[in-house]
Order: sequence, then structure tokens, then C-alpha cells
Amino acid sequence: MANLKTSEKKTKAQSMGLHSEVLTGKTQQKFFNPDEAENFYYFGTYDVDFNKRTEIDVKNMECREANKKIDELMKDGYGTIVIKNPQGKHSLGVGILNKLNLIFEGSLGYFGCGSMDGPIVRINGRVGWSCAENMMAGKVVIEKNAGSCFGAAIRGGDLICKGSVGARTGIDQKGGTIIIGGDAGAFTGFMMQRGRIIILGDVGINLGDSMYDGTIFVGGKIGSFGSDAVEAELTDSDQDWLRRKLKVAEIGENFDVSKMTKVVSGKKLWNYDALEPTEKKGAI
Amino acid sequence: MCGIAGLIHRGNTSNVGFELQGMLQALKHRGEDSTGYALYGKTNGQNFIMRFKVGENVGEGSTSVMEDVSVYDERKKIVDGYLSDLGAKIIKEERILPYSLRYEIEYNKDLMEFSQKIESVPGVEILSMGKSLEVIKDLGNAEAVCKRYNLDKLVGTHAIGHARMATESGVDIKSAHPFWGYPFSDVSVVHNGQLTNYWNNRRVLENKGMRFMSECDSELIAVYLAEKMRNGATLEEGMKESLTGLDGVFTYFVATKDSLGMAKDTMAAKPLVLYESEDLVAMGSEEIAIRSVLPHEIETYDPFDGEVKVWQI
Repeated sequence: MANLKTSEKKTKAQSMGLHSEVLTGKTQQKFFNPDEAENFYYFGTYDVDFNKRTEIDVKNMECREANKKIDELMKDGYGTIVIKNPQGKHSLGVGILNKLNLIFEGSLGYFGCGSMDGPIVRINGRVGWSCAENMMAGKVVIEKNAGSCFGAAIRGGDLICKGSVGARTGIDQKGGTIIIGGDAGAFTGFMMQRGRIIILGDVGINLGDSMYDGTIFVGGKIGSFGSDAVEAELTDSDQDWLRRKLKVAEIGENFDVSKMTKVVSGKKLWNYDALEPTEKKGAI
Repeated sequence: MCGIAGLIHRGNTSNVGFELQGMLQALKHRGEDSTGYALYGKTNGQNFIMRFKVGENVGEGSTSVMEDVSVYDERKKIVDGYLSDLGAKIIKEERILPYSLRYEIEYNKDLMEFSQKIESVPGVEILSMGKSLEVIKDLGNAEAVCKRYNLDKLVGTHAIGHARMATESGVDIKSAHPFWGYPFSDVSVVHNGQLTNYWNNRRVLENKGMRFMSECDSELIAVYLAEKMRNGATLEEGMKESLTGLDGVFTYFVATKDSLGMAKDTMAAKPLVLYESEDLVAMGSEEIAIRSVLPHEIETYDPFDGEVKVWQI
């Protein structure tokens, strides 16, 4: 098999701290190259002007209709769109692969802002389950609380909740940063693979259960550690990064980061890649 | 997946039938096999209201066997006779549908003996027995059931309800929620989730003399709590014990004549959104349920894993 990476040499992504594992065996690594970011192009994206602003009231719209309307407005060059009366509707603001300022004047239901890549979103309300699931890039700020599975499987970007979040925040997280101003529920960081989670308040039981990689920082009390999650030393560079991140996130700028607990993977469950292909099938 | 909703007005009454209908209809995408209401209305507090069925709805989608209406009449006659034997006086009688009845009864003896006697008639089930509780459940979505039973004018203090997607038992009224907390008056339960130690618990509880009317795992919660309360536990104590006594994933609501409670399992695997204020608590599987009664911007949150809360009217 061609192009297998078997050397111990760090990739650029590794040297930037985006991930630390070195896969061996027959697994082929293809990691995001920051140098090529500008060359990405998505079909159906638009040139928008952030100074061109409009509002839509979605009170009497189904989510598909509302999402289609957002797409049409971007097509017309609107770079700032305000959504009025979302009233807890599900799946609003999903699949946006554009640079955009999107403001929700109210709360969202399930799967709000999922599978998006690029927009900056502000939600002046609460969000339901699985907000920003699979987000690739961009920034989402939630002014109130969030439901469970917050930031499930995100690949990149910043996801910020100023209130508290439910269970399984950052489940299967593969990159990016999740920041919680309040408390977080059970199984936070469950099976996370990369990225970082910051919780300023308390966190529930089984923190970081079966996490593969990535880092979790907790400001308050921890209910319990999950399987293979261990405490690590909080370094000066960690603290610098935390301060910077909290400032950019408009949250906890004056928070005493020196007392935070850093949690990482104990890496005792790291045997998957050593399996032979037939064993892998069984494991799956 | 099922949807549950509940609300309690503290220090006030409201049109809870209409409000719960709106909440459950907003959750209809979570299941339309059946919908059930447990409404706590304004009554004189003297007589019992017994909601019972003498047969099943055999309409479209039902898994029940068709029976002739004359069978229902025969069962009703036997129930009337048994009520007389028990010393219960029927004050008011309403036959809402051929299989569904509402009796106002004067009775002041043991409810367990009463229930066992009435339910010894094959095909008869007491849906609720209480001085303020009325359980109404039938096939179809919230709007359809509300219209069929004229629930939208019912004034009361609190209510819980359930929109069901049948997964582990039949599409019929006996498997629909809410479940009455037999043999306690005015206790009802709705549940979203799956219980994995149903049979273990059921065997133990049946040996203690508790009654099950269906094979729906959710009924276990009502029976489990009733058994705890029979042994002197408060509602809240029983609910806290259920977090370890019941295995599986669940969020459930329980209501009594003057309180409403919620419990969430230790995995927090089932959704619940909660709004709490001085005079109103509203909760549901999704925020859109709460939005149907509070369309303006409000503060809501998800209760955490293993959380139990109880509110009084």
C-alpha cells in the first residue's frame, strides 16, 4: 500500500498541538493542512457583504422553509441575517458553508446550526440537543443554556455556551474548542478524539469516559473520572492559552485559570490500531 | 421515542386541558400511536371520580381484537352491580364512548379491595381513581383525543401527558400512558425511555400483591412508586430510590393531587427541558412543548443526570 506514514516525524498539525497520536500499521493518515485552507471551495457558497443586513421572522415557517430563506438571502449577498421568533424550532441554521453573521433572537430546538462551516452565530436564547453537531469551522455563541450532546462530533471552530449544558457535551469531538460558562452534565467529553473542552463550573460523573485524545479543563468540581481519563499537569502554556481563549470567547476573562483541573486520556485503551484487519471488523 | 409534557400552576388554576393539549400536539412527531392526559381538576373534593374502560378502541392502527358493543354493555352492568356490592354510590354517570366511562362515586372504604373487585370483570380497567385526578387516554394524537373527550375546557391546577410511539407493547389503551398509581387515589405517571429490569421488578412487586394491567415497561414506574408509598415512603423518597431501583434510560413525571415531580436517570439519556417560575412550572421532552404555552422568550434548562424535583401547587 502506497504512501503509508510510518515515521515518528511530527506533522504540522501535530506540531501545532491539534493532535498528538501517531498512528502506525496500515492506517493511512490524512490530516488537515493549514497551508491549504484558502484553497477550499464549496459548491453553493456565496460572496456576502457583512454590512448588508436583513431580518426574517420564522414564527410561521417550517425549518426547511427558514433554512431555504437563509440560503436565498446569502445568495443575494446578505452577510448579516437576524432570525426573529425561532421559538425552539428544530434544525434551524444547519448546513451553512459560508461566511456569515447569523443572529437568532430567541431559542433553538434540536440540531441547531449543525454541519456548518464558517459562519459566526449568536443565539440570544437557549439551544436544545446536539447544537452545532459536526461543525467544521466558525463560532457559535449561546447566551443561555444548552441541552445534551452539545457540540457532538465537532471538527473545528469555537462553540461557546455562557450558561450550563446537559450530558455528553463534546461526545465524539474531533477538533475545535467547546467553552462552557456554567456547569456540565454526565459523560462530558465521552469518546472525544481531539480538541479541547473548557468548563468553568462543575461537571458530572464519568468525565472524559473512553476519551482517545484531546484535553478537558474544569474550573469546578468533578463528579467522577470516566474510564481512561486521567488528570494531567496544568502547564504555563495551558494557562496562557486558557486566558486568551476565555477572553476571545467573551466569557470568564477574569477567571482564575491556575486552579483549573486538566484532564487527558490515560491512553490505556489505545490498542485499536494494533489489530489486524479481520480483528478490526470484529471490533467494529 | 415518545414525548412527555407536564405543567403545574402554583397558587392558581388554569385551563390545563387546553394547555396540555397544545404541549402534547407540539410533540406529536415523537409518537402518535396514542395520547394520554392526567388532569387534576377542580372538584368538590368529596366524591371519587373513576375513569374506566370496558373495552378497547379497535379503530385504525389498533392491535386489539374487535368486540361487539353488547359485550361492553354487559361488562358495564356487572361493574354497576359490583359497585352496589361494595357500598359505592354512583352520583353521576357519563358514557363518553362505548368503551369509555366516567363515574362520580361516593365511597369511603379501601381502594385496593375496590379496584380488585371492579377489575375482576374481564376487559375492565380503571384508568384512574381520584378526587381530582382524571386519566384520559386513547389512540391518536393529542388533538384527536382532546376532541373525542372534550378536554379543552377542563380547568385545574396541574397536568401531565404522554404522546406514545409504541415499541415494546401493543397499540391499545391499556398500554397507553399515563398510568394510575394503583391503589393510591390521585397518583399518575408518564415515562419516556426503556426499563431493562422490568421483569425482575415485576415479579417481586407481584409477589407483594401489586397489580399490573399491561406489559408496558412504563407501568412499572407507577407500581414501583405506589409500593414504596404503601410502605411509608414519601413521593420524593420513592422517586429517589427509583434512580437505582429501576435500570435503563428514563425520564418520568409523577403527579399527585397537590404535587408534580420529575426524575431523570443517571445516564441522562432521555431529554427534558424545564421552565420554572414562581407561579408556573412547565416541562417537556422538547422546548417546543413549553413554547405552546409560553411563546415569549423564557429561561429554560435541562435537568442533570440523577435529578429529582417535586413542586407543590
